[in-house]
Amino acid sequence: MPSNETISKVLEKSYPYGFLTEIESEKIPKGINEKIVRLISKKKNEPEFLLSFRLKALRKWEKMKEPNWANLNYPPIDYQDLIYYSAPKDIEKKASLEEVDSEILETFDKLGIPLSEQKRLSNVAVDAVFDSVSIATTFKEQLAKEGVIFCSISEAIQKHPNLIKQYLGQVVPINDNFFAALNSAVFSDGSFVYVPRGIKCPMELSSYFRINSGDTGQFERTLIIAEEGSSVSYLEGCTAPMFDTNTLHAAVVELVALDDAYIKYSTVQNWYAGDKNGKGGIYNFVTKRGKCKGARSKISWSQVETGSSITWKYPSCILEGESSIGEFYSVALTNNKQIADTGTKMIHIGQNSKSTIISKGISAGKSKNSYRGLVQISPKAKGSKNYSQCDSLLIGDQAEANTYPYINSQQMYSVVEHEASTSKISEEQLFYLQSRGIDNEEAISMIVSGFCRDVFNELPMEFASEADGLLGLKLEGSVG
Amino acid sequence: MDSNKLILEIRNLYAGIDEKNILNGINLKINEGEIHAIMGKNGSGKSTLSKIIAGDPSYSITSGEIFFKHKNIKDLEPEIRSNIGIFLGFQYPIEIPGVKNIDFLRVSVNARRKQLKESELDTFEFEAFIEEQLEIVKMDKAFLERGVNQGFSGGEKKRNEILQMALLKPDIAFLDETDSGLDIDALRIIASGINKLHTPKKSIVLITHYQRLLNEIEPDFVHVMHNGQIVRTGKKDLAIELEKNGYEGLALNNTGK
Repeated sequence: MPSNETISKVLEKSYPYGFLTEIESEKIPKGINEKIVRLISKKKNEPEFLLSFRLKALRKWEKMKEPNWANLNYPPIDYQDLIYYSAPKDIEKKASLEEVDSEILETFDKLGIPLSEQKRLSNVAVDAVFDSVSIATTFKEQLAKEGVIFCSISEAIQKHPNLIKQYLGQVVPINDNFFAALNSAVFSDGSFVYVPRGIKCPMELSSYFRINSGDTGQFERTLIIAEEGSSVSYLEGCTAPMFDTNTLHAAVVELVALDDAYIKYSTVQNWYAGDKNGKGGIYNFVTKRGKCKGARSKISWSQVETGSSITWKYPSCILEGESSIGEFYSVALTNNKQIADTGTKMIHIGQNSKSTIISKGISAGKSKNSYRGLVQISPKAKGSKNYSQCDSLLIGDQAEANTYPYINSQQMYSVVEHEASTSKISEEQLFYLQSRGIDNEEAISMIVSGFCRDVFNELPMEFASEADGLLGLKLEGSVG
Repeated sequence: MDSNKLILEIRNLYAGIDEKNILNGINLKINEGEIHAIMGKNGSGKSTLSKIIAGDPSYSITSGEIFFKHKNIKDLEPEIRSNIGIFLGFQYPIEIPGVKNIDFLRVSVNARRKQLKESELDTFEFEAFIEEQLEIVKMDKAFLERGVNQGFSGGEKKRNEILQMALLKPDIAFLDETDSGLDIDALRIIASGINKLHTPKKSIVLITHYQRLLNEIEPDFVHVMHNGQIVRTGKKDLAIELEKNGYEGLALNNTGK
């Protein structure tokens, strides 16, 4: 029958992004301490307020302990054995795209993210981050005409220090958690988006993160601010070469939505997952949080998590504004020895705030896949509502799926609904599809695709097909 | 018998599931254009026979052969059997949640067309093509947008099966209790659909408990299965006799040896 072997064959489509770009980079010495933090800040020519932000975070971090409550299992990380900053050499000198190292441009070409004017996507602005540095941002001028700022966070620190001062660390405080504190101390680059009042961002914004060096941690920082009545859709993608050793990735993403603003944030995470035996791969410890600050504001997270050897990630919403809306749509696929502990937090503070959680976990091989989510209804959040649905699909008989829903309601006049299911791909389903001329591999893909449909429907068009392809699926995304 | 017209031949087939024997020496020949009915009590092996011909891997063949158009298909994957023109209408069609019916049908049809060296249909061509076929089973277009068999009633699932038969145009179709669970109106619609799909080149095997389906679709031959063997073969009047006297009345003394 559809032996586990064929199933793993389907899931084990090779990782086409595992190549390494040979390029000279400038790295700083290993380890983390005040000197290193000052050095990073100096390299980036940062204003004083940011240096003190970093140093404050470092001091907090030094007193914090790595969290161990998640369903993860990995050897201790030696934080003094990592390099915290790596940049392609002489990157500062490149004023325009034409001057960017052709090796790097080719790398992004190979990843399907062409940056050059002739080849780039016509409806998506891209910020490309290579190791610790933003290489290029496309369509900047066109966006500027609408008043939309889309640039690397390093550039924003130089050019828009007041916005950074006002918002950085406001949603994810520097001492929020161990990895967020670490990120706040050493973050290298990332994207910055500012959408002014009443503006609907005219195109999709996208960041593409590429880890290239093996011994360098990547600590990107993203900040998105949507002013009153504005809206923006932002996508991020990520890949890394295959190394035998583990690479640390600890990002922080902060979103702020003011009155009637809408931010849609989509992720396709495809970091290198390690080999069959769990050797190598990215440790992905990410803090993502959005604040629905204004009334009727809305933040929607959608994520397709397929990569990394360990994923620890809970994109969350603080629903502060009255009638604000938070959404979380997630597909997490784990295979071999991958571990994912992912979910969301919906913190209801404002009256009549609403949240929706749809999580689809697929576990294959010997992987562990956990959904962990918190729904908190505070005393003020009268009339608030949450709906959560967590479904797990097991493939083979050695994978593990867990669901940890935490519900904490302190308000009588609120509604919290939770549904959960666990299922397996059945032999009957496979035979039915095969008896209609669809081969075993495609049949599995089709069933998995169907399982994920509710989430795929939430992804922007450009991403839906990529996500589908990522899961080895062929059916989704037809015109219709 | 003109051997060129022979479409399916089963020779001395023994098969079962796990350690249990279910088929105990089936012999059957079916020619182009013929309609056969297979009747028999529950557990006599009718459904097993149809699933084995479609290639269900949960069953294993201990001995015997299955020839389709003179080619031994015993070891072919189920999808290959479908592509070369064998169809099984399921007694209990399976739900595939989240997979849009129309997408599933298009992938299925294109797999068959590829085998027939016909050009594959894109989304728009397929929509036009399927619209004509929907009429055959009087199925509402809305069912195309839903998940495969997801939340369909029993009757709707059976219509969806016959729709698939209409789309795939198989050379031989095994319809496993397509009539069960249908009210009389639905039965007529489905029977008339099957009759429309029957041509002098296309063969049909009806697996049924009831004579009433055979009033709507006239069989050339009726077989009675018992303990994994075909114990009686006759014309339509055998089904009438069966309806009147029951299986007991046939004095089935074969014990399956």
